Amino acid sequence: MSAGTHQTGGTGSGLVKWIDSRLPVFSYMQKEYAEFEAPKNFNWFWNFGAILTFMLVLMIMTGVFLAMQYTPHTSLAFDSVERIMRDVNFGWLLRYLHANGATFFFIAIYIHMFRGMYYGSYKGPRELLWMLGVVIFLLMMATAFMGYVLPWGQMSFWGATVITNLFSAIPLVGDSIVTLLWGGFSVDNPTLNRFFALHYLFPFLIFGVVILHVIALHVTGSNNPLGVDPKGPQDTVPFHPYYTMKDSVGLAVFVTIMAAFVFFAPNFFGEPENYLEAAPLVTPAHIVPEWYFLPFFAILRSVDFNIWFIDAKLGGVLAMFGSIGVLFILPWLDKSPVRSANFRPIYKWFFWILLLDCIVLGYVGGKPTGDPVVAGVEWFKVIHLGYITTFWYFFHFLILLPLLGIFERPKPLPKSISEAVLGGRTPGATANAKQMEKA
Amino acid sequence: MSDDTQDHDGSRRDFLYLSAGAFGAVGLGAALWPFISSMNPSADVLALSTTEVDISQIEVGQRVTVKWQGKPVFIDRRTPKAISEAESTDLVDLRDPQTDADRVAQPDWLVVVGVCTHLGCVPKGQKPSEKRGNWGGWFCPCHSSHYDTSGRIRQGPAPLNLPVPPYKFLNDTNIKIG
Repeated sequence: MSAGTHQTGGTGSGLVKWIDSRLPVFSYMQKEYAEFEAPKNFNWFWNFGAILTFMLVLMIMTGVFLAMQYTPHTSLAFDSVERIMRDVNFGWLLRYLHANGATFFFIAIYIHMFRGMYYGSYKGPRELLWMLGVVIFLLMMATAFMGYVLPWGQMSFWGATVITNLFSAIPLVGDSIVTLLWGGFSVDNPTLNRFFALHYLFPFLIFGVVILHVIALHVTGSNNPLGVDPKGPQDTVPFHPYYTMKDSVGLAVFVTIMAAFVFFAPNFFGEPENYLEAAPLVTPAHIVPEWYFLPFFAILRSVDFNIWFIDAKLGGVLAMFGSIGVLFILPWLDKSPVRSANFRPIYKWFFWILLLDCIVLGYVGGKPTGDPVVAGVEWFKVIHLGYITTFWYFFHFLILLPLLGIFERPKPLPKSISEAVLGGRTPGATANAKQMEKA
Repeated sequence: MSDDTQDHDGSRRDFLYLSAGAFGAVGLGAALWPFISSMNPSADVLALSTTEVDISQIEVGQRVTVKWQGKPVFIDRRTPKAISEAESTDLVDLRDPQTDADRVAQPDWLVVVGVCTHLGCVPKGQKPSEKRGNWGGWFCPCHSSHYDTSGRIRQGPAPLNLPVPPYKFLNDTNIKIG
């Protein structure tokens, strides 16, 4: 990434030229990360791609070094984690970075995904780019889940038990699949061992899909807050130094916030129950997943009734996987040709309602279903709120979005990025912008 | 390859492609089999699949938990009241209809796997201090499933009764589970 100065094909030092003519890594970096033309109107929400890349590297780094100290055995795992905390040099830092890193990785990916939804980044020609992103999200969820099992605390064990049991809902072969996943008849040492192996493997799969995600991005080019395609060089700037600098600023802010948690509230997002060693005969009174899974957990629990021949258990599992499935087909559910919600007066509102819905789902997922939502109002329980929010989630994607594409009347789009950016949206200023372009 | 003068319609070549493809697919499947099979329970795990329990110290009305295949097994020496409740239940009221007689070897003793059939939590009710649910059996705190004194599901999201493990009475004071 150093090469701001030499041109494609290499006017760098002799060694760089020698290598580049045999293996074009330098010209590739130059072309894809320095000269790469990006729309000039990115806002701060476009920082999160770079932030996520940083987080993936941080998680792999801390993870590899933690793995050097960790023992994946049911009788030793819990103690080996405590040893990391107490005896290993900077073990506490590695572990807290890794644990809080997972949280901030998910914060970043959720912002990145909602950014994509607000600005219509999933729409043609970026459908595959979006779908690869959903694949990365799924792999991240699997990785985070298996990582959470490794400390072998009570929540590790019971979380693993509940989640692997989801597969028993599959008709006919469900129980055999669960036995295959466990390598036994309950979550036990073979399970812990394979989760460790897979937890180490999956980040590299994520890395591979991230590369595909970036390749796809560099074919279509980035979306932007206006959602209109760049018309020419007047609408773009080279990625370096403009966005390398802007990304660095955003990254610094993001990492500062994460560091505040790592150093001053490292267990803020954790569950105290997980500092008790796993006990296969004692279920904790209230099993909750990590916060980043709560909305999906809420959807799982909210289907507690049979739907025709589908029993409640299978229904809940289908709804939970379906909630991610709708993201896969989102590019085809949203029929509106306009990308950015800034020009979609109705969708804009429903976007914010969806965001609120997901936050409420998160609340629902963290509470016992039988509790009243407001203390004292006994007829309105958490499960009822779960029904409403789960319904709304699917209603938004499956009914609202296709209908909005037909009935919504979008606002007029600006003619180009530079017109909107330099001239605002008033007609007088537009003329001004054109003069500036000529100059 | 050469220009084929014999095989004008290409059917022989198609056959070769298809058969080579089929062999390849079968070969790949056969090569994957050991990998998948290695994830299933190994011989040492299977070897630990039976448990013997001395039940002579269990009083009437007392419930005991033992570990079998890594899972809790509930052994309940039922009271006459619990037995009569279990036996008099109308099968129409059950989600997973089973008579009590089908679930016990001797009416005094109920032996069930203590794993909720919803998502695998261990239901409460083994200790006298614990909540036993609306039917006096077990109550799963995870998602509020209620089981009766025969371990049958009565209310909540769980689809099935608590499973009865294979077991037999070796004599009056010992049972072998598995």
